[in-house]
Amino acid sequence: MSIEAAPRPAASRADSYLRAALRSPNFVIGAAITIVVLVAAVASFVWTPYYYAALDIPGRLKGPSGLHWFGTDQFGRDIFSMIMVGARTSIAVALVAVGVGVGVGVPLGLAAAARRDSLLDEAIMRANDLVFAFPALLIAVLITAVFGPGAVNSIIAIGIFNIPVFARLSRGAALSLWQRDFVLAARVAGKGQVRISLEHILPNILNTLVVQATIQFALGILADAGLSYVGLGAQPPTPSWGKMLAEAQTFIASAPHVAVAPGLAIVLTVLGLNLMGDGLRDIFDPVLRRSRQ
Amino acid sequence: MSTYVLGRLLSLVLSLVAASIVIFFVVEVVPGDPAQFMLGLNAQPDTLMALRDQLGLNQPLPLRYLGWVLGMLHGDFGTSYTYRVPVSELLTARLAVSLPLAIYALALTILIAFPAGIIAAARRNSKTDVVVMSTTQLGVAVPNFWFAMLLVLVFAVGLHWFSAGGFPGWDKGGLWLGLRALTLPAIALALPQASILARVMRSALLDTLGEDYIRSARAKGLTRRQTMWRHALRNALIPVLTIVGLQFSFLLAGAIIIENVFFLPGLGRLVFQGITQRDLIVVKSVVMLLVFAVILVNFLVDLSYALIDPRLRRQR
Repeated sequence: MSIEAAPRPAASRADSYLRAALRSPNFVIGAAITIVVLVAAVASFVWTPYYYAALDIPGRLKGPSGLHWFGTDQFGRDIFSMIMVGARTSIAVALVAVGVGVGVGVPLGLAAAARRDSLLDEAIMRANDLVFAFPALLIAVLITAVFGPGAVNSIIAIGIFNIPVFARLSRGAALSLWQRDFVLAARVAGKGQVRISLEHILPNILNTLVVQATIQFALGILADAGLSYVGLGAQPPTPSWGKMLAEAQTFIASAPHVAVAPGLAIVLTVLGLNLMGDGLRDIFDPVLRRSRQ
Repeated sequence: MSTYVLGRLLSLVLSLVAASIVIFFVVEVVPGDPAQFMLGLNAQPDTLMALRDQLGLNQPLPLRYLGWVLGMLHGDFGTSYTYRVPVSELLTARLAVSLPLAIYALALTILIAFPAGIIAAARRNSKTDVVVMSTTQLGVAVPNFWFAMLLVLVFAVGLHWFSAGGFPGWDKGGLWLGLRALTLPAIALALPQASILARVMRSALLDTLGEDYIRSARAKGLTRRQTMWRHALRNALIPVLTIVGLQFSFLLAGAIIIENVFFLPGLGRLVFQGITQRDLIVVKSVVMLLVFAVILVNFLVDLSYALIDPRLRRQR
């Protein structure tokens, strides 16, 4: 048996991650954007410049000004306030959908890897392939056709789509770990497959999972925007970025600002998350980082 | 080679069977009584009976499923409840818009992504690389329907180069007008996908460019350009093709949102009308058709691996 280097103490590892993080421009910029969006979403619970549903018909479709930073929409509602509240919806949908993907996909992937080439492995992977054949949009279409539209249904649709992503990723990452000496040692010590998966495999694939979760979070924001744009997502009066864009479309020639602000909010959020994901990947994988430079 | 193809073919059929069972279950079993669901609570008993009859709801489940699948194999998707015409007619008419749109968008995607990815990889860390990487980083983050709205704002409302929406039809408008109506939608669909593909192309090329055989090729005197075209590109194509296959399915399914922006009479508008009118027969058929397309494309991608990678041909 070859001798493996003992893992570094957690404290020094965290310390070196932190130093690498601060050196990665991708991570710093991405994290900064993400924090701004998160703060806006959380702040909207206690403060928005105006009540997001307050109508002001005489002041409708006004361009950006000191009073209304992003202007007003066709009912005179303050667009900035609506974007703040909409952030909450988008983030909640995407976050829970990632939770569904991780919560179901990772255990499935770990189980498949633990029983490599068994019937269970085959069944899980084929089921994954099947789900993969249904793009998130089609799952949403099917669900809304039967249950009606709503934020919960878009969470389910995006969540189901996330499951095979995490199942495949964790299976692939876990397979190579099962060949490693420290896992063999744990087996010799009498630990069962579940314990090994939880105590030895999972901590070692956590980095990969975090990176993927960031990326799926970004994709979830995009998917939620698309679903609510076509009316399959959150329903009125809950504001959502996609629905704001759908309503803005009618006025795009006369009041383009109504369409610009929600779109930029989506782009900025997704960009921030993607940059953070790229940054995290570089931080967690110094070998890759060096080869890329 | 033939065992490889047979294996893929078998998995194609199994996937289709599994997908059809899932769709059948969601649409026909979950709502309880589909006829009641489609007609609403105030339905007259005799209308309900008539629809039950038409849907074959009086038959046992397995028989209904078999009837549906056998019908589809003969091109019979049933009759739309709201349009009162065979669903197959609706599907053919709508596919005549959605399929060309997806192919157009895929062609644009490849046309943009391949050169961008290749240049970025060949001139790694140069200014060009930085520009390509930052543009694509932005492109990945842009929702396609929002980009579509911006395109309308600039090219239809502002410059009047294209119409803001609608489709003249291939018969009435001819090829030129038809393609023109699909141009903005295709660009809107293509940009985010091209961004993804360019990044995949670049990183796949960088991976292969680091291989030993590339060094050998350079050592035997091939120029950078020659190694790129003769060795690196061909080997980088496998991951790239996988993504292209996924993207085509995404373009076909994603087109249903873009069709709404441009009021195109494609599958997307059909399925959304089906949802609002609770026309489960239409919804079921469109979803099955799109899933079939996705599975078929994945099958074709698998086959093309064997063409690109001779090892696959010999091994199996």
